Amino acid sequence: MKVEGKRRIWKDYQKEIADDRYFYVRSCVRQNFFPASEKMFFRILKEELGKDIFENAAHTTCSGIGYHSDVVPFETTMTMVARQFALMTESGYQNFTTSCITSFGLYTEILETWHHFPEVEARVRENLKKATGREFDKPSNLSHASDVIYKFRKEIGEKARYRLVNKQTGQPLRCVEHIGCHYSRMFPGKGVGGAEYPYVLAGMIEEWGGEVIDYPERRHCCGFGFRQYLIQANRGYSLSCSKKKFDSMAPYKPDLILTNCPGCPMFLDRWQYTLSEMEGTTYGENGQGIPVLTYEELAGLVLGYDPWDLGLQVHQVPAEPLLDKMGIPYDSNRKFLNRDGQSMGRPKAPSFLKFY
Amino acid sequence: MGELYDRLAGDVRFVEGLKACLNCGTCTAICPAAEFYAYQPRQIVDILQTHDDQAIESLLKSETIWYCGECMSCVTRCPRGNAPGLLITVLRAASQDLGYFVESEKGRQQLAIKRTVGEWILDYGYCLYPSEILPEKHPEQGPVWEWEHEHIEEVMERLGANYKKTGPGILRKVPQEDLDEIRKIFDVTGGTARFNAIENYSKQKAGEMGIDLDDTLDNDYMKKIYTENSQNHGREL
Repeated sequence: MKVEGKRRIWKDYQKEIADDRYFYVRSCVRQNFFPASEKMFFRILKEELGKDIFENAAHTTCSGIGYHSDVVPFETTMTMVARQFALMTESGYQNFTTSCITSFGLYTEILETWHHFPEVEARVRENLKKATGREFDKPSNLSHASDVIYKFRKEIGEKARYRLVNKQTGQPLRCVEHIGCHYSRMFPGKGVGGAEYPYVLAGMIEEWGGEVIDYPERRHCCGFGFRQYLIQANRGYSLSCSKKKFDSMAPYKPDLILTNCPGCPMFLDRWQYTLSEMEGTTYGENGQGIPVLTYEELAGLVLGYDPWDLGLQVHQVPAEPLLDKMGIPYDSNRKFLNRDGQSMGRPKAPSFLKFY
Repeated sequence: MGELYDRLAGDVRFVEGLKACLNCGTCTAICPAAEFYAYQPRQIVDILQTHDDQAIESLLKSETIWYCGECMSCVTRCPRGNAPGLLITVLRAASQDLGYFVESEKGRQQLAIKRTVGEWILDYGYCLYPSEILPEKHPEQGPVWEWEHEHIEEVMERLGANYKKTGPGILRKVPQEDLDEIRKIFDVTGGTARFNAIENYSKQKAGEMGIDLDDTLDNDYMKKIYTENSQNHGREL
Protein backbone atom coordinates (compact mmCIF):
# COMPACT_ATOMS: atom_id res chain seq x y z
CA MET A 1 0.00 0.00 0.00
CA LYS A 2 1.42 3.36 -1.04
CA VAL A 3 0.58 5.73 1.75
CA GLU A 4 2.54 8.88 0.92
CA GLY A 5 -0.28 10.56 -1.02
CA LYS A 6 -2.82 9.49 1.53
CA ARG A 7 -0.78 10.91 4.37
CA ARG A 8 -0.83 14.26 2.59
CA ILE A 9 -4.62 14.07 2.34
CA TRP A 10 -4.94 12.99 5.97
CA LYS A 11 -2.99 16.07 6.99
CA ASP A 12 -5.63 18.24 5.30
CA TYR A 13 -8.31 16.79 7.52
CA GLN A 14 -7.05 17.09 11.07
CA LYS A 15 -9.86 18.00 13.40
CA GLU A 16 -9.63 19.46 16.84
CA ILE A 17 -10.48 16.89 19.51
CA ALA A 18 -10.89 18.08 23.09
CA ASP A 19 -8.36 16.57 25.50
CA ASP A 20 -10.42 16.41 28.69
CA ARG A 21 -13.83 17.00 30.33
CA TYR A 22 -16.09 14.99 28.04
CA PHE A 23 -19.89 14.94 28.22
CA TYR A 24 -20.72 11.44 26.96
CA VAL A 25 -23.91 10.24 25.29
CA ARG A 26 -24.57 6.57 24.64
CA SER A 27 -25.49 4.58 21.53
CA CYS A 28 -28.72 2.59 21.25
CA VAL A 29 -27.13 -0.14 19.11
CA ARG A 30 -23.96 -0.46 21.18
CA GLN A 31 -25.84 -0.66 24.48
CA ASN A 32 -27.81 -3.58 23.06
CA PHE A 33 -25.04 -5.43 21.24
CA PHE A 34 -21.66 -4.22 22.56
CA PRO A 35 -22.37 -2.91 26.07
CA ALA A 36 -18.89 -3.77 27.36
CA SER A 37 -17.33 -1.43 24.78
CA GLU A 38 -18.99 1.60 26.33
CA LYS A 39 -17.94 0.34 29.76
CA MET A 40 -14.37 0.03 28.44
CA PHE A 41 -14.43 3.58 27.04
CA PHE A 42 -15.05 4.89 30.56
CA ARG A 43 -12.31 2.68 32.03
CA ILE A 44 -9.74 3.79 29.45
CA LEU A 45 -10.60 7.46 29.85
CA LYS A 46 -10.80 7.46 33.65
CA GLU A 47 -8.43 4.74 34.82
CA GLU A 48 -5.81 4.60 32.06
CA LEU A 49 -5.73 8.26 31.02
CA GLY A 50 -7.03 10.07 34.11
CA LYS A 51 -9.62 12.08 32.17
CA ASP A 52 -12.93 13.54 33.30
CA ILE A 53 -15.89 11.93 31.52
CA PHE A 54 -19.49 12.44 32.61
CA GLU A 55 -22.83 10.88 31.78
CA ASN A 56 -26.14 12.55 32.65
CA ALA A 57 -28.69 9.82 33.50
CA ALA A 58 -31.49 11.93 31.97
CA HIS A 59 -30.12 11.63 28.45
CA THR A 60 -31.93 9.43 25.94
CA THR A 61 -31.72 8.30 22.36
CA CYS A 62 -31.23 11.13 19.87
CA SER A 63 -33.93 9.31 17.82
CA GLY A 64 -31.43 8.93 14.95
CA ILE A 65 -32.48 5.46 13.79
CA GLY A 66 -36.09 6.67 13.78
CA TYR A 67 -35.02 9.73 11.81
CA HIS A 68 -33.02 7.81 9.21
CA SER A 69 -35.80 5.25 8.84
CA ASP A 70 -37.98 8.32 8.27
CA VAL A 71 -40.68 7.85 10.92
CA VAL A 72 -39.31 10.74 13.04
CA PRO A 73 -39.39 14.24 11.49
CA PHE A 74 -36.21 16.35 11.28
CA GLU A 75 -37.81 18.99 13.49
CA THR A 76 -38.35 16.39 16.22
CA THR A 77 -34.82 14.98 15.99
CA MET A 78 -33.31 18.47 16.09
CA THR A 79 -35.21 19.14 19.31
CA MET A 80 -34.17 15.77 20.80
CA VAL A 81 -30.57 16.74 20.03
CA ALA A 82 -31.12 20.19 21.53
CA ARG A 83 -32.29 18.46 24.73
CA GLN A 84 -29.01 16.50 24.89
CA PHE A 85 -27.13 19.81 24.51
CA ALA A 86 -29.25 21.26 27.33
CA LEU A 87 -28.24 18.37 29.61
CA MET A 88 -24.59 19.02 28.73
CA THR A 89 -25.01 22.71 29.54
CA GLU A 90 -26.80 21.99 32.82
CA SER A 91 -24.02 19.55 33.78
CA GLY A 92 -21.35 22.22 33.27
CA TYR A 93 -19.62 20.65 30.25
CA GLN A 94 -18.76 21.96 26.78
CA ASN A 95 -17.07 19.03 25.04
CA PHE A 96 -19.70 16.70 23.62
CA THR A 97 -18.66 13.12 22.82
CA THR A 98 -20.97 10.59 21.30
CA SER A 99 -20.68 6.80 21.22
CA CYS A 100 -22.79 6.51 18.07
CA ILE A 101 -21.86 7.39 14.47
CA THR A 102 -25.47 7.94 13.37
CA SER A 103 -25.75 10.41 16.24
CA PHE A 104 -22.38 11.99 15.43
CA GLY A 105 -23.47 12.51 11.83
CA LEU A 106 -26.74 14.01 12.97
CA TYR A 107 -25.17 16.31 15.58
CA THR A 108 -22.77 17.51 12.89
CA GLU A 109 -25.55 18.00 10.33
CA ILE A 110 -27.77 19.82 12.82
CA LEU A 111 -25.03 22.19 13.97
CA GLU A 112 -24.22 22.92 10.31
CA THR A 113 -27.92 23.47 9.55
CA TRP A 114 -28.20 25.93 12.44
CA HIS A 115 -25.07 27.70 11.22
CA HIS A 116 -26.52 28.21 7.74
CA PHE A 117 -30.14 28.71 8.84
CA PRO A 118 -30.13 30.62 12.16
CA GLU A 119 -33.93 30.87 12.02
CA VAL A 120 -34.10 27.06 12.33
CA GLU A 121 -31.94 27.15 15.46
CA ALA A 122 -34.18 29.86 16.92
CA ARG A 123 -37.26 27.73 16.22
CA VAL A 124 -35.69 24.65 17.81
CA ARG A 125 -34.80 26.69 20.91
CA GLU A 126 -38.43 27.78 21.16
CA ASN A 127 -39.66 24.21 20.67
CA LEU A 128 -37.35 22.85 23.35
CA LYS A 129 -38.33 25.57 25.80
CA LYS A 130 -42.01 24.97 25.13
CA ALA A 131 -41.74 21.18 25.46
CA THR A 132 -39.30 20.92 28.37
CA GLY A 133 -38.52 24.39 29.73
CA ARG A 134 -34.84 23.76 28.96
CA GLU A 135 -32.26 26.00 27.29
CA PHE A 136 -28.86 25.13 25.89
CA ASP A 137 -25.44 26.20 24.74
CA LYS A 138 -23.98 24.55 21.68
CA PRO A 139 -20.92 22.39 22.36
CA SER A 140 -17.57 24.08 21.87
CA ASN A 141 -16.14 20.75 20.70
CA LEU A 142 -17.90 17.77 19.11
CA SER A 143 -16.17 14.44 18.82
CA HIS A 144 -16.98 10.82 18.23
CA ALA A 145 -15.66 8.44 20.87
CA SER A 146 -13.30 6.91 18.28
CA ASP A 147 -11.79 10.39 17.76
CA VAL A 148 -10.92 10.42 21.47
CA ILE A 149 -9.26 6.99 21.38
CA TYR A 150 -7.43 8.11 18.21
CA LYS A 151 -6.21 11.21 20.03
CA PHE A 152 -4.73 9.08 22.82
CA ARG A 153 -3.53 6.21 20.62
CA LYS A 154 0.12 6.90 21.46
CA GLU A 155 -0.53 6.94 25.22
CA ILE A 156 -2.43 3.65 24.88
CA GLY A 157 0.41 2.27 22.73
CA GLU A 158 2.94 3.18 25.41
CA LYS A 159 0.99 1.13 27.96
CA ALA A 160 0.47 -1.79 25.58
CA ARG A 161 0.90 -5.30 26.95
CA TYR A 162 0.08 -6.87 23.59
CA ARG A 163 0.61 -5.58 20.08
CA LEU A 164 -1.00 -6.22 16.72
CA VAL A 165 1.78 -8.58 15.80
CA ASN A 166 1.61 -12.29 15.11
CA LYS A 167 3.45 -13.84 18.03
CA GLN A 168 4.50 -16.86 15.99
CA THR A 169 5.85 -15.08 12.92
CA GLY A 170 6.67 -11.61 14.27
CA GLN A 171 4.75 -10.11 11.33
CA PRO A 172 2.25 -7.25 11.74
CA LEU A 173 -1.37 -8.42 11.81
CA ARG A 174 -3.31 -7.57 8.66
CA CYS A 175 -6.20 -5.31 9.61
CA VAL A 176 -9.27 -4.13 7.74
CA GLU A 177 -10.56 -0.81 9.00
CA HIS A 178 -14.23 -0.05 8.36
CA ILE A 179 -15.53 3.46 8.97
CA GLY A 180 -19.22 4.13 9.63
CA CYS A 181 -20.77 6.01 6.70
CA HIS A 182 -22.07 8.90 8.76
CA TYR A 183 -18.67 9.58 10.35
CA SER A 184 -17.46 11.80 7.52
CA ARG A 185 -19.28 11.15 4.23
CA MET A 186 -21.52 14.19 4.64
CA PHE A 187 -19.01 16.53 6.28
CA PRO A 188 -15.49 15.30 5.45
CA GLY A 189 -13.87 18.12 7.43
CA LYS A 190 -15.45 16.84 10.65
CA GLY A 191 -13.69 13.47 10.55
CA VAL A 192 -10.01 12.64 11.07
CA GLY A 193 -8.62 12.14 7.56
CA GLY A 194 -11.79 13.18 5.72
CA ALA A 195 -14.18 10.93 3.82
CA GLU A 196 -11.99 9.26 1.22
CA TYR A 197 -9.03 8.37 3.46
CA PRO A 198 -10.29 8.49 7.03
CA TYR A 199 -7.40 7.91 9.38
CA VAL A 200 -9.18 7.57 12.69
CA LEU A 201 -8.93 3.74 12.82
CA ALA A 202 -5.89 3.36 10.56
CA GLY A 203 -3.98 5.56 13.01
CA MET A 204 -4.82 3.21 15.92
CA ILE A 205 -3.84 0.12 13.91
CA GLU A 206 -0.49 1.56 12.84
CA GLU A 207 0.30 2.87 16.33
CA TRP A 208 -0.42 -0.51 17.91
CA GLY A 209 1.75 -2.46 15.49
CA GLY A 210 -0.64 -3.67 12.80
CA GLU A 211 -0.76 -3.23 9.03
CA VAL A 212 -3.76 -1.64 7.32
CA ILE A 213 -5.15 -3.51 4.30
CA ASP A 214 -6.20 -1.41 1.32
CA TYR A 215 -8.79 -3.43 -0.60
CA PRO A 216 -11.18 -2.49 -3.42
CA GLU A 217 -14.43 -2.19 -1.44
CA ARG A 218 -12.83 -0.55 1.58
CA ARG A 219 -15.27 2.36 1.59
CA HIS A 220 -18.44 0.42 0.76
CA CYS A 221 -21.25 0.62 3.32
CA CYS A 222 -21.76 -2.41 5.62
CA GLY A 223 -25.35 -2.39 4.40
CA PHE A 224 -27.35 -1.34 7.47
CA GLY A 225 -29.41 1.03 5.36
CA PHE A 226 -31.80 1.62 8.31
CA ARG A 227 -35.16 0.48 6.81
CA GLN A 228 -33.19 -1.99 4.66
CA TYR A 229 -32.37 -3.96 7.81
CA LEU A 230 -35.21 -3.07 10.17
CA ILE A 231 -37.76 -4.75 7.88
CA GLN A 232 -37.21 -8.45 7.34
CA ALA A 233 -38.32 -8.28 3.69
CA ASN A 234 -35.50 -5.83 2.88
CA ARG A 235 -32.58 -7.59 4.55
CA GLY A 236 -31.19 -8.94 1.27
CA TYR A 237 -29.90 -5.39 0.63
CA SER A 238 -28.03 -5.37 3.92
CA LEU A 239 -26.58 -8.86 3.51
CA SER A 240 -25.50 -8.19 -0.11
CA CYS A 241 -23.51 -5.12 0.87
CA SER A 242 -21.59 -7.02 3.55
CA LYS A 243 -21.02 -9.97 1.20
CA LYS A 244 -19.54 -7.61 -1.36
CA LYS A 245 -17.08 -6.37 1.24
CA PHE A 246 -16.13 -9.85 2.50
CA ASP A 247 -15.52 -11.13 -1.03
CA SER A 248 -13.35 -8.10 -1.72
CA MET A 249 -11.26 -8.29 1.47
CA ALA A 250 -10.89 -12.09 1.72
CA PRO A 251 -7.97 -12.43 -0.77
CA TYR A 252 -5.92 -10.15 1.51
CA LYS A 253 -6.39 -12.64 4.39
CA PRO A 254 -7.30 -10.15 7.12
CA ASP A 255 -6.67 -11.11 10.74
CA LEU A 256 -9.36 -8.74 11.99
CA ILE A 257 -11.86 -6.06 11.02
CA LEU A 258 -11.84 -2.89 13.13
CA THR A 259 -14.92 -0.64 13.18
CA ASN A 260 -16.01 2.69 14.67
CA CYS A 261 -19.77 2.60 14.03
CA PRO A 262 -22.25 0.86 16.33
CA GLY A 263 -24.07 -1.04 13.59
CA CYS A 264 -21.16 -2.07 11.35
CA PRO A 265 -19.50 -4.52 13.78
CA MET A 266 -22.85 -6.13 14.47
CA PHE A 267 -23.64 -6.57 10.77
CA LEU A 268 -20.13 -7.61 9.73
CA ASP A 269 -20.23 -10.16 12.57
CA ARG A 270 -23.76 -11.50 12.08
CA TRP A 271 -23.72 -11.56 8.28
CA GLN A 272 -20.62 -13.79 8.33
CA TYR A 273 -22.70 -16.27 10.31
CA THR A 274 -25.69 -15.86 7.97
CA LEU A 275 -23.58 -16.37 4.84
CA SER A 276 -22.00 -19.47 6.39
CA GLU A 277 -25.47 -20.91 7.05
CA MET A 278 -26.80 -19.93 3.59
CA GLU A 279 -23.82 -20.89 1.46
CA GLY A 280 -21.36 -22.73 3.68
CA THR A 281 -18.89 -19.90 3.07
CA THR A 282 -16.47 -18.83 5.79
CA TYR A 283 -14.02 -15.97 5.28
CA GLY A 284 -11.20 -16.87 7.69
CA GLU A 285 -8.83 -19.83 7.72
CA ASN A 286 -9.98 -23.40 8.47
CA GLY A 287 -13.68 -22.63 8.81
CA GLN A 288 -13.05 -19.63 11.03
CA GLY A 289 -14.57 -16.21 10.46
CA ILE A 290 -12.78 -12.86 10.45
CA PRO A 291 -13.11 -11.42 13.98
CA VAL A 292 -14.81 -8.00 14.03
CA LEU A 293 -13.90 -5.62 16.83
CA THR A 294 -14.88 -2.23 18.16
CA TYR A 295 -12.05 0.24 18.83
CA GLU A 296 -12.56 -0.07 22.59
CA GLU A 297 -12.35 -3.86 22.38
CA LEU A 298 -9.09 -3.58 20.45
CA ALA A 299 -7.68 -0.92 22.80
CA GLY A 300 -8.72 -3.13 25.73
CA LEU A 301 -6.90 -6.15 24.27
CA VAL A 302 -3.79 -4.07 23.63
CA LEU A 303 -3.91 -2.81 27.22
CA GLY A 304 -4.23 -6.36 28.55
CA TYR A 305 -7.84 -6.54 29.72
CA ASP A 306 -9.54 -9.95 29.96
CA PRO A 307 -11.32 -10.73 26.65
CA TRP A 308 -14.48 -11.77 28.50
CA ASP A 309 -14.56 -8.46 30.42
CA LEU A 310 -14.45 -6.80 26.99
CA GLY A 311 -17.54 -8.73 25.88
CA LEU A 312 -15.92 -10.80 23.13
CA GLN A 313 -18.13 -13.74 24.14
CA VAL A 314 -21.19 -12.03 22.62
CA HIS A 315 -19.66 -11.92 19.16
CA GLN A 316 -21.05 -14.53 16.78
CA VAL A 317 -17.66 -14.76 15.02
CA PRO A 318 -15.27 -16.03 17.71
CA ALA A 319 -12.27 -13.82 18.49
CA GLU A 320 -10.09 -16.69 19.74
CA PRO A 321 -8.02 -16.97 16.50
CA LEU A 322 -7.03 -13.31 16.94
CA LEU A 323 -6.24 -13.79 20.65
CA ASP A 324 -4.01 -16.74 19.76
CA LYS A 325 -2.14 -14.72 17.14
CA MET A 326 -1.57 -11.84 19.56
CA GLY A 327 -0.52 -14.25 22.30
CA ILE A 328 -3.30 -13.12 24.65
CA PRO A 329 -4.17 -15.76 27.27
CA TYR A 330 -7.83 -16.56 27.91
CA ASP A 331 -9.79 -19.13 29.89
CA SER A 332 -12.33 -20.85 27.64
CA ASN A 333 -14.07 -22.29 30.69
CA ARG A 334 -14.98 -18.79 31.87
CA LYS A 335 -16.35 -17.57 28.54
CA PHE A 336 -20.03 -18.05 29.29
CA LEU A 337 -20.11 -17.52 33.07
CA ASN A 338 -22.20 -14.88 34.77
CA ARG A 339 -20.83 -12.20 37.10
CA ASP A 340 -20.88 -14.61 40.04
CA GLY A 341 -18.93 -17.23 38.12
CA GLN A 342 -21.94 -19.49 37.51
CA SER A 343 -22.64 -21.12 34.16
CA MET A 344 -25.20 -19.57 31.83
CA GLY A 345 -25.04 -22.58 29.51
CA ARG A 346 -23.58 -21.89 26.08
CA PRO A 347 -24.89 -20.93 22.64
CA LYS A 348 -25.50 -23.62 20.05
CA ALA A 349 -22.67 -24.08 17.56
CA PRO A 350 -23.37 -22.86 14.02
CA SER A 351 -23.49 -25.42 11.18
CA PHE A 352 -20.25 -24.31 9.50
CA LEU A 353 -18.60 -21.39 11.25
CA LYS A 354 -16.06 -22.73 13.73
CA PHE A 355 -17.20 -22.08 17.28
CA TYR A 356 -15.22 -22.08 20.50
CA MET B 1 -43.54 25.84 -9.72
CA GLY B 2 -46.23 23.57 -8.37
CA GLU B 3 -47.71 23.35 -4.91
CA LEU B 4 -46.01 20.03 -4.21
CA TYR B 5 -42.63 21.31 -5.36
CA ASP B 6 -43.04 24.38 -3.15
CA ARG B 7 -43.82 22.14 -0.20
CA LEU B 8 -40.58 20.21 -0.72
CA ALA B 9 -38.58 23.37 -1.39
CA GLY B 10 -39.67 24.75 1.97
CA ASP B 11 -37.53 22.16 3.75
CA VAL B 12 -33.98 23.28 4.58
CA ARG B 13 -32.71 19.83 3.63
CA PHE B 14 -34.10 20.37 0.14
CA VAL B 15 -32.34 23.71 -0.10
CA GLU B 16 -29.08 22.09 1.02
CA GLY B 17 -29.56 18.95 -1.07
CA LEU B 18 -30.43 20.35 -4.50
CA LYS B 19 -28.13 22.93 -6.04
CA ALA B 20 -27.90 22.13 -9.75
CA CYS B 21 -27.55 18.60 -11.08
CA LEU B 22 -25.63 18.05 -14.32
CA ASN B 23 -26.86 14.47 -14.62
CA CYS B 24 -23.37 12.96 -14.58
CA GLY B 25 -24.51 9.84 -12.71
CA THR B 26 -21.63 9.77 -10.22
CA CYS B 27 -24.17 9.33 -7.40
CA THR B 28 -25.65 6.28 -9.12
CA ALA B 29 -22.20 4.80 -9.70
CA ILE B 30 -21.33 4.96 -6.00
CA CYS B 31 -24.81 4.06 -4.66
CA PRO B 32 -25.16 0.69 -2.83
CA ALA B 33 -28.93 0.77 -3.43
CA ALA B 34 -28.46 1.23 -7.19
CA GLU B 35 -26.50 -1.99 -7.24
CA PHE B 36 -29.24 -3.92 -5.49
CA TYR B 37 -32.51 -2.29 -6.54
CA ALA B 38 -33.89 -0.77 -9.74
CA TYR B 39 -32.82 2.59 -8.39
CA GLN B 40 -30.90 5.60 -9.63
CA PRO B 41 -30.42 8.63 -7.39
CA ARG B 42 -29.59 10.61 -10.54
CA GLN B 43 -33.16 10.09 -11.78
CA ILE B 44 -34.63 11.29 -8.48
CA VAL B 45 -32.71 14.56 -8.70
CA ASP B 46 -33.57 14.88 -12.38
CA ILE B 47 -37.30 14.57 -11.69
CA LEU B 48 -37.14 17.12 -8.88
CA GLN B 49 -35.35 19.58 -11.17
CA THR B 50 -38.33 19.53 -13.54
CA HIS B 51 -40.54 21.12 -10.84
CA ASP B 52 -43.32 18.96 -12.33
CA ASP B 53 -45.92 18.29 -9.61
CA GLN B 54 -47.45 15.34 -11.43
CA ALA B 55 -44.08 13.62 -11.75
CA ILE B 56 -43.29 14.40 -8.11
CA GLU B 57 -46.62 12.95 -6.95
CA SER B 58 -45.88 9.74 -8.87
CA LEU B 59 -42.50 9.61 -7.18
CA LEU B 60 -44.08 10.01 -3.73
CA LYS B 61 -46.40 7.08 -4.49
CA SER B 62 -43.66 4.90 -5.96
CA GLU B 63 -41.47 2.10 -4.63
CA THR B 64 -38.43 4.05 -5.82
CA ILE B 65 -38.02 6.51 -2.96
CA TRP B 66 -37.89 3.66 -0.42
CA TYR B 67 -34.86 1.92 -1.95
CA CYS B 68 -32.19 4.31 -0.60
CA GLY B 69 -30.28 3.20 2.52
CA GLU B 70 -29.40 6.79 3.55
CA CYS B 71 -25.69 5.91 3.72
CA MET B 72 -25.00 9.29 2.09
CA SER B 73 -22.20 7.95 -0.13
CA CYS B 74 -23.65 10.14 -2.89
CA VAL B 75 -23.06 13.28 -0.85
CA THR B 76 -19.29 12.79 -0.74
CA ARG B 77 -18.92 12.27 -4.45
CA CYS B 78 -21.33 14.71 -6.11
CA PRO B 79 -19.18 17.20 -8.03
CA ARG B 80 -21.85 19.89 -7.67
CA GLY B 81 -22.55 19.64 -3.95
CA ASN B 82 -25.97 18.01 -4.28
CA ALA B 83 -27.16 15.49 -1.71
CA PRO B 84 -29.57 12.97 -3.27
CA GLY B 85 -29.72 11.03 0.01
CA LEU B 86 -30.88 14.15 1.81
CA LEU B 87 -33.55 14.77 -0.85
CA ILE B 88 -34.82 11.25 -0.21
CA THR B 89 -35.45 12.17 3.45
CA VAL B 90 -37.56 15.11 2.28
CA LEU B 91 -39.52 12.98 -0.21
CA ARG B 92 -40.19 10.26 2.37
CA ALA B 93 -41.39 12.83 4.89
CA ALA B 94 -43.86 14.26 2.35
CA SER B 95 -44.99 10.80 1.22
CA GLN B 96 -45.93 9.91 4.79
CA ASP B 97 -47.51 13.22 5.74
CA LEU B 98 -49.64 13.21 2.55
CA GLY B 99 -50.57 9.53 2.82
CA TYR B 100 -48.92 8.50 -0.46
CA PHE B 101 -46.62 5.94 1.20
CA VAL B 102 -49.40 3.34 1.43
CA GLU B 103 -49.54 3.15 -2.38
CA SER B 104 -46.30 1.11 -2.54
CA GLU B 105 -45.21 -2.18 -1.01
CA LYS B 106 -42.00 -0.65 0.37
CA GLY B 107 -43.78 2.48 1.55
CA ARG B 108 -46.37 0.49 3.53
CA GLN B 109 -43.50 -0.91 5.62
CA GLN B 110 -43.32 2.42 7.46
CA LEU B 111 -46.06 1.28 9.83
CA ALA B 112 -43.87 -1.60 11.03
CA ILE B 113 -40.98 0.80 11.69
CA LYS B 114 -43.29 3.24 13.50
CA ARG B 115 -44.70 0.48 15.68
CA THR B 116 -41.25 -0.83 16.63
CA VAL B 117 -38.43 1.75 16.61
CA GLY B 118 -40.89 4.66 16.79
CA GLU B 119 -42.78 3.35 19.80
CA TRP B 120 -39.61 2.13 21.54
CA ILE B 121 -38.24 5.69 21.48
CA LEU B 122 -41.33 6.83 23.37
CA ASP B 123 -41.70 3.79 25.65
CA TYR B 124 -38.07 3.12 26.60
CA GLY B 125 -36.06 6.18 25.50
CA TYR B 126 -34.00 3.94 23.17
CA CYS B 127 -34.35 3.20 19.45
CA LEU B 128 -33.68 -0.48 20.19
CA TYR B 129 -34.30 -2.49 23.34
CA PRO B 130 -32.99 -6.00 24.06
CA SER B 131 -36.26 -7.61 25.16
CA GLU B 132 -37.88 -6.47 21.88
CA ILE B 133 -35.24 -7.92 19.56
CA LEU B 134 -36.82 -11.35 19.28
CA PRO B 135 -34.62 -14.16 17.91
CA GLU B 136 -37.55 -15.54 15.89
CA LYS B 137 -37.82 -12.23 14.01
CA HIS B 138 -34.03 -12.00 13.70
CA PRO B 139 -32.70 -15.40 12.63
CA GLU B 140 -29.63 -13.63 11.21
CA GLN B 141 -28.59 -12.69 14.73
CA GLY B 142 -27.57 -16.30 15.23
CA PRO B 143 -27.30 -18.63 18.23
CA VAL B 144 -25.18 -16.26 20.33
CA TRP B 145 -27.94 -13.63 20.37
CA GLU B 146 -30.50 -16.38 21.00
CA TRP B 147 -28.46 -17.47 24.05
CA GLU B 148 -27.90 -13.87 25.12
CA HIS B 149 -31.59 -13.07 24.78
CA GLU B 150 -32.47 -16.07 26.95
CA HIS B 151 -30.08 -14.88 29.69
CA ILE B 152 -30.29 -11.17 28.94
CA GLU B 153 -30.29 -9.81 32.50
CA GLU B 154 -27.34 -11.97 33.60
CA VAL B 155 -25.38 -11.27 30.41
CA MET B 156 -25.93 -7.53 30.70
CA GLU B 157 -24.85 -7.62 34.36
CA ARG B 158 -21.72 -9.60 33.41
CA LEU B 159 -20.83 -7.02 30.76
CA GLY B 160 -21.21 -4.08 33.11
CA ALA B 161 -24.62 -2.76 32.03
CA ASN B 162 -27.15 -1.16 34.37
CA TYR B 163 -30.05 -2.83 32.57
CA LYS B 164 -33.49 -1.78 33.83
CA LYS B 165 -31.97 -0.10 36.91
CA THR B 166 -31.95 3.53 37.96
CA GLY B 167 -29.04 5.97 37.70
CA PRO B 168 -26.59 6.38 34.84
CA GLY B 169 -25.14 3.51 32.83
CA ILE B 170 -25.74 1.17 29.94
CA LEU B 171 -29.43 0.40 29.22
CA ARG B 172 -30.49 2.06 32.48
CA LYS B 173 -34.21 2.62 32.98
CA VAL B 174 -34.89 6.07 31.56
CA PRO B 175 -36.87 7.94 34.26
CA GLN B 176 -40.55 8.59 33.53
CA GLU B 177 -40.09 12.37 33.70
CA ASP B 178 -37.54 12.14 30.86
CA LEU B 179 -39.85 9.91 28.80
CA ASP B 180 -42.56 12.51 29.40
CA GLU B 181 -40.23 15.18 27.98
CA ILE B 182 -39.64 13.08 24.84
CA ARG B 183 -43.38 12.73 24.36
CA LYS B 184 -43.84 16.48 24.71
CA ILE B 185 -41.07 17.10 22.18
CA PHE B 186 -42.89 14.77 19.77
CA ASP B 187 -46.15 16.63 20.39
CA VAL B 188 -44.64 20.08 19.84
CA THR B 189 -42.48 19.29 16.81
CA GLY B 190 -44.70 17.12 14.62
CA GLY B 191 -43.43 13.70 15.70
CA THR B 192 -46.79 12.70 17.13
CA ALA B 193 -48.60 14.03 14.06
CA ARG B 194 -46.28 11.93 11.80
CA PHE B 195 -47.00 8.83 13.89
CA ASN B 196 -50.74 9.47 13.71
CA ALA B 197 -50.58 9.98 9.94
CA ILE B 198 -48.75 6.68 9.48
CA GLU B 199 -51.34 4.89 11.64
CA ASN B 200 -54.40 6.47 10.06
CA TYR B 201 -53.38 6.09 6.42
CA SER B 202 -52.27 2.50 7.07
CA LYS B 203 -55.60 1.58 8.70
CA GLN B 204 -57.45 3.10 5.78
CA LYS B 205 -55.30 1.15 3.33
CA ALA B 206 -55.68 -2.11 5.26
CA GLY B 207 -59.45 -1.60 5.02
CA GLU B 208 -59.23 -1.05 1.26
CA MET B 209 -57.09 -4.17 0.89
CA GLY B 210 -59.42 -6.17 3.15
CA ILE B 211 -56.57 -7.20 5.47
CA ASP B 212 -56.91 -7.37 9.24
CA LEU B 213 -55.02 -4.65 11.13
CA ASP B 214 -55.44 -4.10 14.87
CA ASP B 215 -53.20 -2.14 17.25
CA THR B 216 -50.76 -5.00 17.94
CA LEU B 217 -47.65 -6.20 16.12
CA ASP B 218 -49.27 -9.53 15.45
CA ASN B 219 -51.90 -9.25 12.72
CA ASP B 220 -52.15 -10.06 9.03
CA TYR B 221 -51.30 -6.55 7.78
CA MET B 222 -48.23 -6.25 10.02
CA LYS B 223 -47.01 -9.71 9.02
CA LYS B 224 -47.52 -8.85 5.36
CA ILE B 225 -45.62 -5.55 5.42
CA TYR B 226 -42.78 -6.98 7.55
CA THR B 227 -42.15 -10.06 5.43
CA GLU B 228 -43.65 -9.59 1.97
CA ASN B 229 -41.21 -9.19 -0.91
CA SER B 230 -42.82 -9.28 -4.32
CA GLN B 231 -39.34 -9.65 -5.85
CA ASN B 232 -40.20 -6.90 -8.33
CA HIS B 233 -37.62 -4.46 -7.04
CA GLY B 234 -34.38 -5.69 -8.53
CA ARG B 235 -32.20 -4.26 -11.20
CA GLU B 236 -32.47 -6.02 -14.54
CA LEU B 237 -29.21 -7.79 -15.27
